Amino acid sequence: MSQPTQEEVALAQQVQHETVPGPGAEYQGLSQGQIVRKRFFGHTGALIGLAAFALIFIMAFTSVGFAGIPGWWKYNHVDVSPLVNDGVPSASLWPLAWGEHPFGQDRIGRDLFAMTMRGAQQSIIIMVIIGSIAGLIGAVVGGLAGYFRGWVEAILMRLTDVIIIIPVLLLAAVVAQMAGRRDADSWFAGFAASNGVVVLGIFLGLVSWVGLARLVRGEFLTLREREFVDAARISGATNARIIFKHILPNAVGVLIVNITLTMSAAILLETALSYLGVGVKSPDTSLGLLISQNQEAFSTRPWLFWFPGLFIVAICLSINFIGDGLRDAFDPRQKKFRAKSATDSGRHSSETAPASPAASGPAAADSKES
Amino acid sequence: MLSYVVRRLATAALILLGASFLVYLLTASSGDPLADLRASNAPNRQQLMDARSQLLDLDTPAPLRYFKWLGGAAQCLVPFAGTCDLGKSVTGQPITEALGIALVQTLTLVTGATVLAILIGITLGIVTALRQYSALDYGVTFMAFLFFSLPIFWVAVLLKEFGAIGFNNFLRNPVIPLPVSLGTGIVLGVVVAVAAGGEIKRRLISGGVVFALVTAVMVYFSATLWFKNPGLGPVVIGIAGVGMAFAVTTLVSGLKNRKALQASLIVAGLGVVSWFVIQPLLAQATGLMIFLLAIATVLVGVGVGYLMGGYDRGQSMRAAGITAFLVGGLVALDRFMQAWPTYFNNSRVRGRPIATIGAGTPNLQGDYWVLTIDTFTHLILPTVALILVSLASYTRFTRSSMLEIMNMDYIRTARAKGLSERSVIMGHAFRNALIPLATIVAFDIGALIGGAVITESVFSVHGMGFLFLDGITHIDPNPVMGVFLCVAVTAMVFNLIADLAYSALDPRVRIKA
Repeated sequence: MSQPTQEEVALAQQVQHETVPGPGAEYQGLSQGQIVRKRFFGHTGALIGLAAFALIFIMAFTSVGFAGIPGWWKYNHVDVSPLVNDGVPSASLWPLAWGEHPFGQDRIGRDLFAMTMRGAQQSIIIMVIIGSIAGLIGAVVGGLAGYFRGWVEAILMRLTDVIIIIPVLLLAAVVAQMAGRRDADSWFAGFAASNGVVVLGIFLGLVSWVGLARLVRGEFLTLREREFVDAARISGATNARIIFKHILPNAVGVLIVNITLTMSAAILLETALSYLGVGVKSPDTSLGLLISQNQEAFSTRPWLFWFPGLFIVAICLSINFIGDGLRDAFDPRQKKFRAKSATDSGRHSSETAPASPAASGPAAADSKES
Repeated sequence: MLSYVVRRLATAALILLGASFLVYLLTASSGDPLADLRASNAPNRQQLMDARSQLLDLDTPAPLRYFKWLGGAAQCLVPFAGTCDLGKSVTGQPITEALGIALVQTLTLVTGATVLAILIGITLGIVTALRQYSALDYGVTFMAFLFFSLPIFWVAVLLKEFGAIGFNNFLRNPVIPLPVSLGTGIVLGVVVAVAAGGEIKRRLISGGVVFALVTAVMVYFSATLWFKNPGLGPVVIGIAGVGMAFAVTTLVSGLKNRKALQASLIVAGLGVVSWFVIQPLLAQATGLMIFLLAIATVLVGVGVGYLMGGYDRGQSMRAAGITAFLVGGLVALDRFMQAWPTYFNNSRVRGRPIATIGAGTPNLQGDYWVLTIDTFTHLILPTVALILVSLASYTRFTRSSMLEIMNMDYIRTARAKGLSERSVIMGHAFRNALIPLATIVAFDIGALIGGAVITESVFSVHGMGFLFLDGITHIDPNPVMGVFLCVAVTAMVFNLIADLAYSALDPRVRIKA
């Protein structure tokens, strides 16, 4: 979106003139990309989510190392070390201390911080793989179906319908079986055995695109009837040019927002599958697997249960907030409604604007957060 | 219209065929169904393997086996023939039988949770939409995101630990320390003060009232060991009934409709009277009787409303009917509480009522009330877990739908012609905001049958999800196919219903026939 097309500018201006009457002046002369960026960075929740996710991401990937690169943390997720203080977490908020095993140790002495970080890594990798694969397939399938209609749409959408009713759990079980079958000497089994997480992510990505495809199709169906598409077609643009230059930039908001939401669902999906024993398998670890392995120990070693769970919630929550911020930023129809001022203006029929900025002090103050 | 439905059904059948073929192949190819026998050291190993091969027809290749299965499954389409054959599971149980048992378990588990989640979610959504960008809105939004991000298995284990084990320990000596009472009162008071909205004075007053009330009730509970011998009694039912009468009338018709308010109050009074009259009858209750009583209660309420009349007879009837139902619910709740000590001291329960696994205490003897309490105590934790994780989407969806409606021109028109805020919200906005929800609800009901695989596995409920998971782990295609068939058929039917309902509810949407 670095080079906004004329349509985008026109659309953006049209949008401000039509639906954002009050604060529209704020966006005067900005491209759609700039408006979106501005609105996103004005969204407190999204910024906090972004910061939290960046923190977790950096911590997870630098602490225990990734892809052979060693990290700064002294243990890794398989090392067994002698139990310190019966494995009780040594981290504390007051006095602020980190200690030998900040998140504690499990029964045989593995460091929980290392295991949690490794699990968070795996979850994030799976999430990114699922998000990118689902986004790509969803955009292509939905775009083709929405743009060309006719038999292309019929075939692609029936395919979507078939995939949407196949239970994800079943596919995950099949993948888990393939990855676990070490005796088979095909290249796939070998690859799956060493990169179980990647294979799981790819397979889940191959089934998670259906919702996206439907949304993108709907978006394309409305956009292809717009005047700027007609204009492009009359001036001789090819189908590919219309799709990539004219329609896709306008549908990208829906796509990005829903990829984010798919990713947050992907985290929960992966952890749930690992919990049920068909996701990531031991000796590798994942956040869901950690909880599954340790749920019996809740009364004796509750920290084994708290930390992985809190990390799942933290990752998922921050992604959800980012997605919410993106949705608010991309949705130009966002308009404020205030029951109170609307009622007031209803009673005093001379006031027609439901929420003018001068109507109430605090309203103007927090309107920046939208 | 008819051609649309027929075309949709035909497509659905084709999709079902394709998807079921894929599911069968995937299940069959997901591993070796004889793996556990191969690893065993039993002397009759070969025999067992042969028996299972024969039972599951392993000598036939999977694609052909699918068509054999399809032949049996096709007989299910013949109504009332009783020739439905979905094959047998690895233990030799016919799938149709297993499905029947699992379906009952799943529906008892998920129905209550879904209904409650929808009710609570819609209420929260409406309230937050009406108070957009208030502290309440931000709070609920944050909670919605939080619940949305909770892994259900994690919640379930936490609930087991604190909701069941912790609460059972507390019940052994149900004395609430004074600091806990005060703390709870303060927390709830602050929450209400923040959520109440309006002037500072109003917030402080409502917060203070809630604080005083909560603390007093908790101190009272602690002093009388209420949790050992719970009960409401006619006085509490009377007070609560009057409160409900006012609340329901406010929502349904507004307090200005005096006749509706009087009808509701009369019904609340009748409820207290019935508490005295009905006790001997309730002692020999059955499920059917409770159901009939509930219907009778609502009918009495509607009748009182009809007799009271007023300028809008329909409103009086609705208000009185809803009040009657709620007060009747209180009377039933009181009866359950009376049965609580019996249940609590039952030799099978042994003073630890909230269960963590299963769907009922085995070999429990008792009357209707005790057995129903037993079901409730087993359902409560999975229900809470399911509500928590499914609440968020309903709240968010209702909120955005309601916000969109409140910006419509006809709402401004309704206000401009001088309608009260209540009738603008309840009559014009709320009803229309529910239309898009109809789609979602229909879709979710379709998905209900599939059960909650994870919840069922955490709480050891042997429902549809359990059957499915069990089939997958034993590489046994028949149970998997049975569950898949039920889920897919209901999902597709409800999808169709959702589309039809949408066009029926919103005349702007037309079905292309």
